[in-house]
Amino acid sequence: MASQVRMRRRHWWQTLAGQEAIAGYLAISPWIIGFLVFSAGMILYSFYLSFTQYNIVEPPKFIGLANYTKMFTRDDLFAQSLKVTAIYAVAVVPLGMIVAYSYAILLNQKVGGLSFWRTCFYMPVVVPAIAASYIFGWIFAPQYGLVNGYLRSIGIQGPGWFGDPTWALPGMVILALWGAGGGLILYLAALQSVPTDLYDATKVDGANAWQRFWAVTVPMTSPVLLFTFILGIIGSFQAFTGSYLLTQGGPLNATLFIVLYLYQKGWQDLSMGYAAGIGLVLFTIILILTVIVMITSRRLVYYAGTD
Amino acid sequence: MSAANTAKVAEAQRRAAAERTRQRVVRIIGRNLLYLALVIGTIIFTIPTVWMLSSSFKETAQVTTIPPQWIPNPWKPDNYSTSMAQFPFWISLKNTMVIEIGVLVGRLLSASLVAYGFARLRFPGRNALFIIVLSTMMIPYHVTLIPQYLFFRNLGWLNTPLPLIVPMWFGGGAFYIFLLRQFFLTIHREIDEAARIDGCGYFTTFWHIILPLSLPALGTLAIFTFLGEWNDFLAPLIYLNTRETQTLAIAIRFWQLLAVGIAYQPATLPQLMAMSTIITIAPVLVFFFLQRYFIQGVVVTGVKG
Repeated sequence: MASQVRMRRRHWWQTLAGQEAIAGYLAISPWIIGFLVFSAGMILYSFYLSFTQYNIVEPPKFIGLANYTKMFTRDDLFAQSLKVTAIYAVAVVPLGMIVAYSYAILLNQKVGGLSFWRTCFYMPVVVPAIAASYIFGWIFAPQYGLVNGYLRSIGIQGPGWFGDPTWALPGMVILALWGAGGGLILYLAALQSVPTDLYDATKVDGANAWQRFWAVTVPMTSPVLLFTFILGIIGSFQAFTGSYLLTQGGPLNATLFIVLYLYQKGWQDLSMGYAAGIGLVLFTIILILTVIVMITSRRLVYYAGTD
Repeated sequence: MSAANTAKVAEAQRRAAAERTRQRVVRIIGRNLLYLALVIGTIIFTIPTVWMLSSSFKETAQVTTIPPQWIPNPWKPDNYSTSMAQFPFWISLKNTMVIEIGVLVGRLLSASLVAYGFARLRFPGRNALFIIVLSTMMIPYHVTLIPQYLFFRNLGWLNTPLPLIVPMWFGGGAFYIFLLRQFFLTIHREIDEAARIDGCGYFTTFWHIILPLSLPALGTLAIFTFLGEWNDFLAPLIYLNTRETQTLAIAIRFWQLLAVGIAYQPATLPQLMAMSTIITIAPVLVFFFLQRYFIQGVVVTGVKG
């Protein structure tokens, strides 16, 4: 009886469950603060800024939707940056996946010296972007570069690459493809985990290697393909360093990526409000693309064990 | 009758043998094509790095020859010393390391503490909060670039490493929380329940039981963090504008603008490649020596590096 009374008088935070809950909130408190300040807070601040004109020196001036109307109706450079980034993403993501996936399939054929080949193919991924940009700036240098030098030796006049509006973006794509090895390790792990009895079963059914590839290999590795596809899209929409270092968006805005344009608006023109708006548009694009990919892929991707 | 049969059997055996030979030939050709493809692919993917390394030791006259002279002759290592004397190399290396250590410690500590809360402790709203953690993974860094810059500017933190370090002490990023939580869930509950029965509090259990058992996962995340910070360009470019505070990547960029120029000339190529090599050494060494952990980590986490 006495103990029951004591039980009732205990406050919630004195119970075992209460203690655990308090410890739990304490443990995740760094994230809660970080989320409120650096994620939610910053996005709200971004919304506010995007409705203002703000050059850092004078206080922000509220201008309503003017930044967005300008962005979508009068700003040719913004349209150009969307176009450049979209073309870049459409080229880099599938090509990079094809390169890495074919390489993974080659390496999955019980080749000798697997770790040697893998290391060679993966190493460019850890080369810092600044070094990679300088290397390719030189390899594609119009007059003295490696590529045009070889082309000249077989009698072809190579293009101006990063100095030529037509070839600058393809140059950026090749620079990105050099780092395509990132997907290789994931693909290799996925290929190695495909059950061999599936291949045996299709062999019995008389399928040839090409049919087995499309009927077994691709479906069984499709979750990883989807995953790298989404990450690839998000990554290539945020391309910055290569064009900042090599072309500054030129020539004739041929390599003006969205993030580079955001950087120029914010830190060169000091249009902080406008740049904040560009950031939010980028966020929306990435969000929409991700959702579209997730929805459309539900039919195409096979998840083992989920039917 | 039996003679005809024998002839048929012999014919079948001959056919089978021919088929086996054909298959063997196909296999041998296939194997050779396979290795040929591997060799060609590897050459294409290795040439840029080898070319960088080789050019960094060359004289101006040698860098533009076609085909390239892969082994420099004469050997000119002072491309390195000359360039490093033209900007505060050691200071920028120190600045980079300060950021590396600040981010590593802050991210690993806070991400693992938060992950421990989500993996082990029960509290109202836990699942809803964890879904918010996952959804913040979709927020690209560049959305918050402008507001964060203005925020840290108001705090007077420009030209200090703080804007790059401090946010990492608040959970270290949703991805890291998620990965560590998944790892903690694989640790048997009996182990930390035993510690609890022995009188350890929640945070003692975290510190003395969970963290030591998670060293492999923490090591992998440390490698990713190291490479990511080393490679970071945009954030240090925005926040660090003085020679005394710049990271190595930014310092090399500004050195390039002043000493090399935008229009690349053969005269400065060896130096540019020397500095590109310098900044590539650390990540490549980390990759080579920790490759096994690295590759395991990539597979488990799905990070592309």
